[in-house]
Amino acid sequence: MSHRIPTSPQPWSETQTFWQAANEDKLMIQRCLDTGKAFFYPREHSPFSGRNHCEWFEASGKGVLYSYSVMTRATPAYCIAYVELEEGPIILTNLVADDFNQIKIGQSVTVVFIASENGQKVPVFTPVSG
Amino acid sequence: MGLKGQAYVVGAYEHPTRHAVDRSLGQLHADVALGALQDAGLTVDDVDGYFCAGDVPGWESPGVGPLSVVEYLGLKLRHFDTSETWGSSYINHVEHAVQAIQAGKCRVALITQAGRPRAEKFSPVESHLKQTQSTAESPFELPYGPVVTNMYGMCAARHMYEYGTTSEQLAWIKVAASHHAQHNPNAMLPKVVTVEEVIASPIVSTPLHRLDCCVISDGGGALVIAHPDVARQLKRPLIRPIGSGFTVKHLNGGYFNILESGAVQTGKEAFAEAGVTPQDIQYASLYDSFTITVLIQLENLGFCEPGQGGRFVTDGGLISGVGRLPFNTDGGGLCNNHPGNRGGMTKLIEAMRQLRGEAHPAVQVDNCTLALVHGTGGQLGARHGSATLILEREG
Repeated sequence: MSHRIPTSPQPWSETQTFWQAANEDKLMIQRCLDTGKAFFYPREHSPFSGRNHCEWFEASGKGVLYSYSVMTRATPAYCIAYVELEEGPIILTNLVADDFNQIKIGQSVTVVFIASENGQKVPVFTPVSG
Repeated sequence: MGLKGQAYVVGAYEHPTRHAVDRSLGQLHADVALGALQDAGLTVDDVDGYFCAGDVPGWESPGVGPLSVVEYLGLKLRHFDTSETWGSSYINHVEHAVQAIQAGKCRVALITQAGRPRAEKFSPVESHLKQTQSTAESPFELPYGPVVTNMYGMCAARHMYEYGTTSEQLAWIKVAASHHAQHNPNAMLPKVVTVEEVIASPIVSTPLHRLDCCVISDGGGALVIAHPDVARQLKRPLIRPIGSGFTVKHLNGGYFNILESGAVQTGKEAFAEAGVTPQDIQYASLYDSFTITVLIQLENLGFCEPGQGGRFVTDGGLISGVGRLPFNTDGGGLCNNHPGNRGGMTKLIEAMRQLRGEAHPAVQVDNCTLALVHGTGGQLGARHGSATLILEREG
């Protein structure tokens, strides 16, 4: 399936763990150790407690489609999406699919990693068949 | 102390241009400043407080802030404020001006807004390429091509999923705006459109059509807020802010509902301070960057229950003289003007026209004494400034 090549992220060192893992096809996210809640996007401190008391862990990569919008005017057309991860947080991403007409909110999706313009991989999602 | 009776909005002016090819950004700010002061019966010499947001000339250069425009206008200030939350900023400025006047920091406050994206050939699709890389979220968002149309498209898609809202219902919001715009000689899109025409317009990002989007226009507007002692000497109706609410709504570590904007909080706070309910509001200026923006705000502000927005707007629910809540009677951002891609100032100005009885007779609400203005600055489906203001005509 052809897809829009994501522009390359310009990450701060604060989130190096995430980007190194993405290049190894792993979705690393963080958990606030004060509240036990996973959160996104990654940062040094917890958005729930304000404390630098968090741990990285590998997310399952499974989630459901929370919402989406297809930029039909772009070439190639692309689908921006919010995906609700199994671990809780909703994250902004692209949905990569053969046929955007078949997409449905609430459907199961799974992570895949694709190269951005400079080669750094970024997580996108694709429908789970069946 | 609350807002009531602390200061009055005494001047309002909307620039008549919608395409400012031959006027600089500084000239547009000066045009609207002088227009609003003249409307109030005041002059530049009377101004001792100035309020602006990120649309002033030179803002993009670090440290310039309000400096260039204050010098250009020749203002002699005792107080200034540059709160910036995109299109909702000016609604904050009204409250900040009232507070400053109440605290004795100034007596006559000027708020200006202007922009010329049309003359500068602004492209909403390409705009994300210029988005800042300095924010913490940008590496996790910009790679995916978020632009204003697809971010609002996701709000509409989710509303349709949760509540069965239809494109036809969203189209009714544009239809209502166009019914109002036909009476506005300055409106960019003065032609009345039908639900069918909205649906037949091209998709910009699913499920939003071109006619679900606001216009891209040049121009601007200004307001003048004055101490009660000054206001009572002027020959203008006394319009006072009586309630407000402000917040920044964000994604909260990934736990959010895109159908609940900051209006849920700011509406509640503004109504409580004003001591009125949504049912008391005779006219509403609602931010209308897209049709879906209006729908979600109607629900969030309490004009209808969550999920009932589609029904609320159908069959002309927002058309003055026809529906239950006249909105954006100048044609709003959807048909009249969205100068500089910022809709908050024009929302304030039309509320002023309604409260003064100076709206076009075809859209004027009878004896309008209570109006609400709400702005969403930034992106509804992500982080945004939310500002609600309730205005009352005294006497």
